Amino acid sequence: MMEAFKKLDSTAASLQVANIDTDQIIPARFLKTPRSTNHGEFLFHDIRRNASGELDPNFILNTPENRSTQILVADTNFGCGSSRESAVYALFDAGIRCVIAPSFGDIFYNNSIKNGLLPIALDRNTIEDIWQILNTANNTRIEVDLENQTIHLPNGQNFHFQIDPFRKQTLIEGLDDIDLTLKYRQLIEDHETSNAAARPWIATIS
Amino acid sequence: MPQTLFEKIWSRHVIVEREDGTCLLSIDRHLCHEGSFHAFDKLERENRVIRRPDLTIGIADHYVSTKAPELGNEEHELRVPIEKLTANTKKAGIQLYGIGTPEQGIVHVTGPEQGLTLPGIILVCGDSHTATHGALGCLAFGIGASEVAHVLATQTLWQEKPKTMRINIDGELATGVVAKDIILHLISVIGANGATGYMIEYAGSTVKNLSVEGRMTMCNMSIEAGGRAGMIAPDEKTFKYLKDRKHSPKNGNWDLAVTDWKTLFSDADAVFDKEINIKASNIAPSLTWGNSPEEALPVTGKIPDPKNESDVSRREALEFTLQYMGLNPGTSLKDIEVDRVFIGSCTNSRIEDLRAAAEIARGRMTQVPAIVVPGSAMIKKQAEDEGLAQIFIDAGFDWRATGCSMCVGMNGDLTPPGERCASTSNRNFKGRQGPGSRTHLMSPAMAAAAAIMGRITDIRELEPVDL
Repeated sequence: MMEAFKKLDSTAASLQVANIDTDQIIPARFLKTPRSTNHGEFLFHDIRRNASGELDPNFILNTPENRSTQILVADTNFGCGSSRESAVYALFDAGIRCVIAPSFGDIFYNNSIKNGLLPIALDRNTIEDIWQILNTANNTRIEVDLENQTIHLPNGQNFHFQIDPFRKQTLIEGLDDIDLTLKYRQLIEDHETSNAAARPWIATIS
Repeated sequence: MPQTLFEKIWSRHVIVEREDGTCLLSIDRHLCHEGSFHAFDKLERENRVIRRPDLTIGIADHYVSTKAPELGNEEHELRVPIEKLTANTKKAGIQLYGIGTPEQGIVHVTGPEQGLTLPGIILVCGDSHTATHGALGCLAFGIGASEVAHVLATQTLWQEKPKTMRINIDGELATGVVAKDIILHLISVIGANGATGYMIEYAGSTVKNLSVEGRMTMCNMSIEAGGRAGMIAPDEKTFKYLKDRKHSPKNGNWDLAVTDWKTLFSDADAVFDKEINIKASNIAPSLTWGNSPEEALPVTGKIPDPKNESDVSRREALEFTLQYMGLNPGTSLKDIEVDRVFIGSCTNSRIEDLRAAAEIARGRMTQVPAIVVPGSAMIKKQAEDEGLAQIFIDAGFDWRATGCSMCVGMNGDLTPPGERCASTSNRNFKGRQGPGSRTHLMSPAMAAAAAIMGRITDIRELEPVDL
């Protein structure tokens, strides 16, 4: 059972760099770590540190006001690259529950939904407006309402966002889709049977 | 109604279609590797059964040491994921191509090579370079650990139907230009997210004329343009490639299969959501200079100058990239010295790649450390039989055992901090080949030339050697 996502009210941090790939979110050397380990300490491990390995005070999530933020407002193509789901574990374990960006890597997007982390795609002009608000006032809070597919800014601005109904449902209910899928077991078996008759060379690995 | 290749394959696999268009798809083949332990752990925690172990194959590649692949020689922490794969597949009754087996190799090399990858199927793997397999005319895409668990438990996946994009590449390639140059050029044109949300079909005379290996190199990097899958309609070359592979259809099934595979193409009047046309004659030997695969240029190019960038955030990003890469604006790419060379990875480690690199290496000597990592144990043996391995060894290259090696930075093969690596892999991300590593992506021949000259080299200008 994953954590359900309905509403969120949190400060937000802007990460104004395009193409943040999953290697930057979590470097490869941490991928052998089991899920039971706190992955939060691996989040942005190398890019949040300077050459001597100290935390870089200028990196957005290293500032005191962003230590407990649950929302990241990022740039284009966030989470591109490798399919490593550990990238989502790292964000989640560090307390991030929502990433807002102009676009996402497809696999990262799917992985997020499967772990109770909501990815919201908005057009880049809107994202720029949000960055500006976040950068001019500390501790600005953003409200995210998944049921109504809206985000609210403190200046009264509201934005609607798209999410497909299936993913929305799994997030709101904290639903594990394996259970849902297994309800179709008979249809799955029927499909396999007819497929094996039509294309016997695929039915099993010879 | 006319259909695209993608639609033909998709429709065969739909078990349930929800009102919102999300489909439950049957999965024909699933390949797993050491990283799949997250999925096996999840199933164990939830006490679930693996539904069709006969449709999954395990292959060790990501954590395998290319220097001393035998487990006893490795550091303990790198052994653990490999041992987990062995234990998990054994327990589930899944066939394993583990270390030391003749079939072992990089999952995206082994799949096609063993005939696990077939036209018309849906193949998935917990690895973003799974699009490679689409070169044989199937729908193949990378998935995360939760989806791997879903496949193991149900042999299905819920998927939203992606949009379709056809990329037509036509005309003759110039001398020295290969599949890697095509895909690097393409990504530089459409951008690292140019195909996000799309399924790509590569078509046109240039693609038709590529070998199956070259097609795999192209499809492999679809994800670097954001496309989760890339595919090419199967043809006689595909059928010839697959004939008599270990898991290819045999006897009567072969003819049945080929008859079916011949129907797998986009109908003449099929409609794509987007079409892009590329002229082959516009493509030169290329390489990347930055930290995104879209940052590629012809080898004759120069490092861009941030001063020419009007958008502030783009200018700052460019300055940051050049700082990370240790490069100055205006520098000719051919003036960049390299510290080491990596020839390998699921992008470029097939026999044709090794032949191209050996052609450059023959009779010359490397000036920097360079490793050659064949994509599979079979390719390693073939390269040794053909004399390629000896050419590399004589030229000072380090000839290694198969594995993901220096592409992925998790098996001991690393580029040290601050060093510059000419690499035939697929990602030039910050830290991809190890913390602080600086990667330049290029073709196998270009990488071999960089090893020989100690700097980025235009292979068309390489002086001939007396053999």
